[in-house]
Amino acid sequence: MATVSPAIESHSDDHAQGHDHHEIGFIQKYVFSTDHKVIGVQFLATTLIMLMAGGALALAVRWQLAFPWQTMPIVGKLFAGEGGQISPEFYTMLFTMHASVMIFLVIIPILAGAFGNFLIPLQIGADDMAFPVLNMLSYWFMWPAMFFFFASFVVGGVTAGPAAGWTSYPLLSALTAAAPGSGAAQTYWLLGLTFVGVSSMMGSINYMTTIINMRAPGMTLFRMPLTIWSMFITAILQAFALPVLTAAGFMLLADRTMGTCFFVPAGIIVNNAAPTVGGGQPLLWQHLFWFYSHPAVYIMLLPAMGMVSDMLSCMCRKPVFGYKPMVYSMSAIAGLGFIVWGHHMFTSGMNPALGMTFMTSTMMIALPSAIKTFNWIGTIWGGNVRFNSVMLNCSGFVAMFIVGGLSGIFMAAVPVDIYFHDTYFIVAHFHYVLFGSTLFGVFAAITFWFPKMFGRMMNDTVAKWHFVLSFIGFNGAFFPMHLLGIVGMPRRYADPYLHPYLEHLLPMNQFITCSAILMGFAQILLLGNFAYSIFFGKKCGRNPWGANGLEWSAPSPPGHGNFDVPPVCYRGPYEYSSPEAEALGQDFILQTEPPPDMKKTAETESAEATA
Amino acid sequence: MKKFWALFFFFWPVVAIWSCWVAPARGWWFPTEAMSPLGERIDGLFYLILGIVTVVFIGTQFALGYVLWQSAVKGDDEKAEFSHGSHSLELIWTVVPSFVLVFIALYQMDVWAEFRVQSFYPNQTQEDGPRLELTARQFEWRVRYPEPGTELKNQPQPGDLYAVNEMHVATGRPVKFNLRTDDVQHAFFAPELRVKQDAVAGLIIPVWFEIPKAGDYDVVCAELCGWGHYKMRATIVAEPQRQVDEYLSNLQSEQNFDGVVTVDDEDE
Repeated sequence: MATVSPAIESHSDDHAQGHDHHEIGFIQKYVFSTDHKVIGVQFLATTLIMLMAGGALALAVRWQLAFPWQTMPIVGKLFAGEGGQISPEFYTMLFTMHASVMIFLVIIPILAGAFGNFLIPLQIGADDMAFPVLNMLSYWFMWPAMFFFFASFVVGGVTAGPAAGWTSYPLLSALTAAAPGSGAAQTYWLLGLTFVGVSSMMGSINYMTTIINMRAPGMTLFRMPLTIWSMFITAILQAFALPVLTAAGFMLLADRTMGTCFFVPAGIIVNNAAPTVGGGQPLLWQHLFWFYSHPAVYIMLLPAMGMVSDMLSCMCRKPVFGYKPMVYSMSAIAGLGFIVWGHHMFTSGMNPALGMTFMTSTMMIALPSAIKTFNWIGTIWGGNVRFNSVMLNCSGFVAMFIVGGLSGIFMAAVPVDIYFHDTYFIVAHFHYVLFGSTLFGVFAAITFWFPKMFGRMMNDTVAKWHFVLSFIGFNGAFFPMHLLGIVGMPRRYADPYLHPYLEHLLPMNQFITCSAILMGFAQILLLGNFAYSIFFGKKCGRNPWGANGLEWSAPSPPGHGNFDVPPVCYRGPYEYSSPEAEALGQDFILQTEPPPDMKKTAETESAEATA
Repeated sequence: MKKFWALFFFFWPVVAIWSCWVAPARGWWFPTEAMSPLGERIDGLFYLILGIVTVVFIGTQFALGYVLWQSAVKGDDEKAEFSHGSHSLELIWTVVPSFVLVFIALYQMDVWAEFRVQSFYPNQTQEDGPRLELTARQFEWRVRYPEPGTELKNQPQPGDLYAVNEMHVATGRPVKFNLRTDDVQHAFFAPELRVKQDAVAGLIIPVWFEIPKAGDYDVVCAELCGWGHYKMRATIVAEPQRQVDEYLSNLQSEQNFDGVVTVDDEDE
């Protein structure tokens, strides 16, 4: 029994705890749990399933680009009525849902939801979040969001869905007549978006409160691991940017269902429908949308940056190079992140003078990213690197972030962006940042914190294969997209080969699709390894990696309430290979390890605490 | 095995160097040359950034590969260096990139101004005024010319001439036109001219370009506008002013044709 359910094993440590403990039922313990660890694992499992769903949608998009208008293998039977091929309407829905699922149901919840939940209390030495019930709600609000997203996809038949892209620019998204088949679907999509927003908002308030109020004694701000810093900054970004999107979503919803005209100018005739009334402005949506969605790019990246800093430091047995510059860079990214949204709108027709301001601020935001990259390389420099799958994924993160960061410079430059805007160059760029960086960081983080979640290790050989295949598949899929963009292939084209100047790109698109399929199948290794290791992985102790953070002083997996004794923090998180550690005959020193002169007092104190 | 992994991360800079070597010879980038003077300047900026970025890319990826390699050849029992960072290094890699980035930003302000800020448009476009109005709609481009000899008005006039998916412009001079949309948002994208501008409902946006060489140039839509987004294809026909005038007068007589055919006597 104990080998079947990892969470039951956590009971083995229960007797060691000094907390009040009362028996709770199965549902309360595993389903509607208020324990941050269970919620974190729930988020992780849900988002991994969503990752596969989003990936499948991407493969359908790739199928169309490589073999346009050909019957889809296997899934084509689902809509044999339409010939089993992807219609142009369906194609727009596919990429809309691919992006929506990946952004709102995978990347944001896997970082903030899964790892934020799991790591914040453990790394700051708290027994749980500040608001456990709010935390539970933030997970369960994901379900209506998923329900609405999926409802939007099936409500009008198999090939109906929201068709305005994940950015949902009006008027395409505001007027039902503009996109046949997206009538109720687009409304459902907006409702789903609202629920995701509510869920994130609850998480962000919780994270900020927890990090500010519930740090263990001695856990000063500058002793917090960079993961916590990144989660803290992300939570602030979410708290300030998200209300804007939620409000904009409601305005669009009102435009669609109540006849308001926030985004709809007068006298527009779409698809022979009656002319619109009222004097709205579609550009308003773009401003509101990107005011959230640009900071959201950093919401999708900063936590991965923080976690990678932690893992790199541990795997190189060396302190993070420039801890404070890392913190300041993240803060700078967050601050500047609020004043660069206009770089998504250089060609939109907004005041061109604004374009210059946004170009300058966008160039400036490249600076903290560059500083972070140099610091990661500095961290590896002179380290005693352990080449395991965690380290490989982290190096993959750094390598891919360099590509994604540098390709961003082209788009930050307005005149060059005139050409690259809405071409495949952009698609390549943000996949390098969101997949190449964030997901490789997430892969590393899954392997790294898996022992703490389940008390078992993941198989390193399988994880290495997963890394290599994903890395090759990823680069094969996304690097050539830069070239497609340079040739001028626009995004979101169901059939680019209609245009003579793009005809010769078919073989390159077929290569990309093959690489994408390889990358997709490589994820089976991840899921398999994950599922297998939960039950049959090698058992491990409290600190299998020899890491310093507070979470590694708790049992694996930690019981309810996390720590045996309330931890006290005596030092920074990255004192690997320090003289003090060497004095103990090891190359790490836990944050709870008191300095030699304080050791005696600390022991008496903790004895008192247990008593 | 350690060395293998370090080499694995050397892979990228090597590919980059190789492609920098091979690409120009094979003409891999920008298969079509920019066909407008402004486009050439945009290409120039692109190549400038490409140069800077390539150097930084190769430098940082090599640095990553090098630090991994350095550790891979190290013995297992060797201690990692205990260092919290270096103040002077931080200073260097903050100040140097910031200069480069500010330089890139300032260097291209004037190209942007010329492309988009109306007071910086070429004088000729100010004198000529807009030559035509291009209206995007699901899923075609509609062109409206003013009656020859008159100026373009924002409101359609009785003498206006209409065409679909084909716009005729004069070569060798800057041509300004008004871009608008009938329905959802579209974007005018002429890849060879390096011009892109969204057409936004409720706005009339003046756009200009200059084509020195006569010929046909593609226009596509670059902003998702519905299921037929990929089909919005038009052609810019650039030809000497004389031929444009001829085209317009043909268009005019075609449009004024009242359906009455005068029958010649010989046929009787």
